[in-house]
Amino acid sequence: MRLLRMKPGHGEIVVAEGDVEVSEDEQRLIETFRRELDSGLWAAVPLQDKSGRRRATMVRDFSEVPRDAERVIFFPRAAGG
Amino acid sequence: MAASLAFAGLLFAVLAGQALAPGARRRAARLRGGRPAPAAPDFDPGRERRAEQRARELLRSCVGEREWAMYRDLGFISVAGGIGPRPAGYAYLIYPHRPIVAYVPGERRLLSEYCVRFPDGERPYGSDRLPDADDVLAKWLALTADERCLVGEANMHLPGRQIDPDAVRGDITRLERWEGAGLPADANVRAA
Repeated sequence: MRLLRMKPGHGEIVVAEGDVEVSEDEQRLIETFRRELDSGLWAAVPLQDKSGRRRATMVRDFSEVPRDAERVIFFPRAAGG
Repeated sequence: MAASLAFAGLLFAVLAGQALAPGARRRAARLRGGRPAPAAPDFDPGRERRAEQRARELLRSCVGEREWAMYRDLGFISVAGGIGPRPAGYAYLIYPHRPIVAYVPGERRLLSEYCVRFPDGERPYGSDRLPDADDVLAKWLALTADERCLVGEANMHLPGRQIDPDAVRGDITRLERWEGAGLPADANVRAA
């Protein structure tokens, strides 16, 4: 699983990467996930259902991230423009 | 002759003032004992291009080939509105760094504009603005994950507040042609 963060002037950066089945990796992913959310970002997991339809799900806790998710994308919170 | 010289002198003074203004402001700040204002980072077109390229790859990998081709060929993405697998009878046009527009497909009727931004408070290169494709992806992620939440965060306006309604209807026409042909609607590829 990779935790990606959108960044102005750069595109996405990898903030953490690891195997959720490996305890040390999972702990690092959880800590990074919490830090990014605490910094005010939103987190979403892109998904594809059986019919091939693409969508996303917002996650507010690492336990909400599907175990087989390949990536979580962090991006700035929406604000009225 | 005298008038010409006076005008040239005035022009020189104005141009010199503009050229020296940033340095003068920093010196003035130092004399006042304050810290000089940080110089704005230079805009680097190469960096921005690379960022956009990276963002496009991420967008492509998330939204799928059809929506990616739509963005590449037309410069925006259309997303069906409503929660669940059944179409709700309306859709959204997602533009980079412009409001999301809700409309009724087939009728070309515009419903509303949702003005929303994703400002990055860290401003890593002096700007809080995501690359275009990242802005589109952020809207797509939020809209497909939690439509109500995004709509709730946005400022809703009647069509025409920020985007010309005729231009949006033109985009819907281009989209319909694009979907009908399975090819770019015209040669005016805006996002390539």
